[in-house]
Amino acid sequence: MSCLQTIQDYGLRSIGIGERLLPRADITLCEQVTLIGSGMIWNVYFGFLALSCGFFFSVALAMAKASPTWGIRKPAEWFIFVFRGSPLFIQFFMAYEAFVMLPRLGVEFELFGVMIEAETRWLARAWLGALLVLFCNTSAYAAEIFYGALRAVPRGDLDAADAYGITGWKRFRRITFPTTMRLAWPAYTNEAIFLFHATALVFFSSFPAFQQRGDALYYANYFADRTFNPFIPYPIVALYFVALTLCIIVIFGAINRHLNRHLPAEARPRLRYRPNLIR
Amino acid sequence: MFSFCTDPSTLATGQWFACYLTNGAHFLFYQSFLVVFALLAVTAPTALAFGFGAAAASRSPVLPIRWLGKGYIAMVRGVPDIAFFLFFVIVLDQLIEYSIHTVRCPDWSEPIYQGANFMVCDAARMPPGNAPQWVHETYNFFLAVFTYAIVFGAFCGNVLFGAMRAVPLAQLETAAAYGMSRRQTFWRVLVPQMWIYALPGLSNVWMILIKATPLLFLLGIEDIVYWARELGGSRTSAYQYPHSDWRFWYFLGLLVFYLSFTRVSEVVLARLTHRLSRGQATAAGDDLRRAAT
Repeated sequence: MSCLQTIQDYGLRSIGIGERLLPRADITLCEQVTLIGSGMIWNVYFGFLALSCGFFFSVALAMAKASPTWGIRKPAEWFIFVFRGSPLFIQFFMAYEAFVMLPRLGVEFELFGVMIEAETRWLARAWLGALLVLFCNTSAYAAEIFYGALRAVPRGDLDAADAYGITGWKRFRRITFPTTMRLAWPAYTNEAIFLFHATALVFFSSFPAFQQRGDALYYANYFADRTFNPFIPYPIVALYFVALTLCIIVIFGAINRHLNRHLPAEARPRLRYRPNLIR
Repeated sequence: MFSFCTDPSTLATGQWFACYLTNGAHFLFYQSFLVVFALLAVTAPTALAFGFGAAAASRSPVLPIRWLGKGYIAMVRGVPDIAFFLFFVIVLDQLIEYSIHTVRCPDWSEPIYQGANFMVCDAARMPPGNAPQWVHETYNFFLAVFTYAIVFGAFCGNVLFGAMRAVPLAQLETAAAYGMSRRQTFWRVLVPQMWIYALPGLSNVWMILIKATPLLFLLGIEDIVYWARELGGSRTSAYQYPHSDWRFWYFLGLLVFYLSFTRVSEVVLARLTHRLSRGQATAAGDDLRRAAT
């Protein structure tokens, strides 16, 4: 079987398209690279959606944590404390058990004129349940970053805004928020990288890989168990993740340049990659 | 445990739980918390030693040693998360068995990798096939500890390397002006002063280390996650203490355990920072001096 044939068979295996049976004996390098790469689809899916939805929630959380009102501040503080203070691994386990315990309900609702039937059963599946956990987790971590940046906004900027008569929502939108983003962006880039790395935990916690549709590490583990040779699949995963990390750095670097476009080139904060391994 | 526990099915709720939470399996569960603490107690100093070695090597005037130190830090930090844990335990296991194999069975002719098998001679099996269960468990535990130490050693090394560079250069120049040798400067001036700069980074690594302990479960150790799954699963009436699926509540317990653990660590580390700031050439140290006079 040629390598092209393998890519056709297994390229989209992780989302259920193509050959159903995984290779069992005589595993070639091409099969390993293709299947692990197909597993990366899940990593990108989880990372991208959790990050893009989590961004808005984390800004809201950071605002809530900085709020002077006790009733708004406390819930945000507790949310951040719970998700940052406990291991993601335990969070996955707990969420899965909680979702399994939920009664089986079907909810029908209309979205943009299309009838959608949502079931609580979906929460016990990785594509929704794990995404929800990752969303909450990254929101908590990012909220702490944004909160720190929010408190670090230079007083002079706000005084200048006051002097110009810019107040309330307009001051937030024009002055506070852009400066917060500028200050927080290097740390937020690291958070994005950790989040993508953390997606590798999904199928190693309780969420079962439905019909062996797993992520990159799931397939790497499968191959390592089959061939008893960890020296091929794990470096492949590592290379895929390094490539993914580089992509994130390029994208976030472009955003960073855009945020700091008014500053002279030497004064722009630089992105530094500081990996954090486990959350 | 208690005298009234002979027939749990007749007991009231309070007594039932008192008996349930003190049965034999639960004591194993409580003991597995000790496994977590043991892992932390062994790993933290080992990782710190690894990190110290790596950071010292990265500053060495000898080029190959510098490469070794920097390469170790960069390699382990660059490779993503749990892949390293899964990878390293197998690699260590195979490495140990392979090296014993080459020593004890020099005239073994068959290849070691036979298709899907890793074959070494019987004398090289680690731990030996007839060893009791506890030897296997201890062996696995120390493989895990070593893996943790390697991974977190790289993180400590990175922090300590940065801390060594943060010590003001004037301090080192003064030491040199007093005629101290490189070694004396390192041990008497650099090392005592670097801890205050290293502490924020090291406390971060400590927090991450705490939160990495549930991964022991993936390495096949009977840790708290293993027991929480085991005990929480539903029990039919064939068992002495029948109950439905309680895994959620067990994991909730673990969550609370980790939350309180990280909280206590935060408080202790804040105190330590305060203590170490005494007499240092930093803003916090200046504040302490001013408060004292």
